[in-house]
Amino acid sequence: MSTVVRIPPTLRAEVGGERQVPAAGETVRELLDDLTSRFPGLQTQLVEDDDIAPFVNVYVEGEDVRTLDGIETPVAHGSTVILLPAMAGGSTG
Amino acid sequence: MPAYRDLLAQLRGEVDEIDVVRARDLQEEALFVDVREQDEWDEGHIPGAVHISRGFLESRIESAVPDKSRPIVVYCQSGNRSLFASKTLEELGYENVTSLAGGYTDWKRSGLPTQLPQSLGPEQRQRYSRHLLIPEVGVEGQLKLLQSRVLLIGAGGLGSPASLYLAAAGVGTIGIVDDDRVDASNLQRQIAHSTETLGDWKVDSAASALRALNPDVNVVTYKERLTSENADRIVGDGWDVILDGADNFPTRYLVNDASVWHDVPVVHGSIYRFEGQVTVFKPQVGPCYRCLFPQPPPPELAPSCAEGGVLGVLPGIVGSLQTNETIKLLLGIGEPLIGRLLLFDALETEFSEVKLRKDPACPVCGEHPTITEYIDYVEFCSGRPAHA
Repeated sequence: MSTVVRIPPTLRAEVGGERQVPAAGETVRELLDDLTSRFPGLQTQLVEDDDIAPFVNVYVEGEDVRTLDGIETPVAHGSTVILLPAMAGGSTG
Repeated sequence: MPAYRDLLAQLRGEVDEIDVVRARDLQEEALFVDVREQDEWDEGHIPGAVHISRGFLESRIESAVPDKSRPIVVYCQSGNRSLFASKTLEELGYENVTSLAGGYTDWKRSGLPTQLPQSLGPEQRQRYSRHLLIPEVGVEGQLKLLQSRVLLIGAGGLGSPASLYLAAAGVGTIGIVDDDRVDASNLQRQIAHSTETLGDWKVDSAASALRALNPDVNVVTYKERLTSENADRIVGDGWDVILDGADNFPTRYLVNDASVWHDVPVVHGSIYRFEGQVTVFKPQVGPCYRCLFPQPPPPELAPSCAEGGVLGVLPGIVGSLQTNETIKLLLGIGEPLIGRLLLFDALETEFSEVKLRKDPACPVCGEHPTITEYIDYVEFCSGRPAHA
């Protein structure tokens, strides 16, 4: 079973420039495990202390998984999953 | 064919008239409708009255007074035009209409309270005419904008379009915080600056652009970087909204903390390459930046636009979305992006939205705040533990 995960622009270099990639798993943890096993560069960007890194948000169907069951949040087949790290850019850049 | 005087005499028999003393007693329950011309209204009117020039009475009264049983007192300058207007209202089905005998002249002469409206001058009426036509803005909204104060953090990619549109909209006071000078690499997107202002301070370059666009606008410049030392002075300057277009994490967190402590909403925008994010952090009501991102990413994982680039038009789109949110907040209209993060993908031309929730454990806006004064934001964002 696979779900499409939206990759933010700051992380696209780690997945060969793709805007979204399929990932297998029934929970956020399983999806992240699958992603990081195939794209090891994502490990430090998404995971810290066996949990979702505090500077990244994961949304399943538009909801922040921290308000659900965190990394154990179930992901139904066909759900929209968005990874969102903070971006600072705006002014002088 | 009756002459004017005959018609007037006939109307006096048909329309109920009241004098100023009785009219004063009706001020609580009745709606006063002023049917004089704009220049007469501008010289003073009865407090709480609604102004509809007689020429627009038929077309505008129903949106102003949908309830036809509501008591209405119609007045003009001396009590003649209001007779004709009252007759018209009765013909439109208004059931409880009276005309103020002696009109505004008698009202004023009796020493009853009057109100000098804050109003737009003829040039402002022309300049803002497209706003005045929108019922959600109108004269009242435009006056609100002219009295509003918006603080821009950064006069760069996001601050440029935002400041121009805010000035064009007639936001009365625009503060700009920026300690940078205009560089050639800025001009691909920072449209408040120009080739002629290369090397100038951005606050000065932007201020002259805004003043040229709209002389109504008072521009307050802060030629400094927002820091823990100056944040209270700058953010505490009575702003209605802060528009955050900062380019670094320490400033983002500092703006957040200052805005929570000073209770000023922040319209947040950020951009990278082809993607932008916009949301509104309104203290007390919705989440803050720390609820969204409790910690900044380590510097090596957070490339800036200087490192990663940005499509020049993207800040134009995101900065304009921020301006839209700002104007909505100032006018109190629509549904602001509170608790919603809007994501824009310029390559796909796709907007998506995720929900943001207030974190009860947030160290700044949560139930038991643990951060109650400014910290060392550079250290906080450096990836080194603050208390080693």
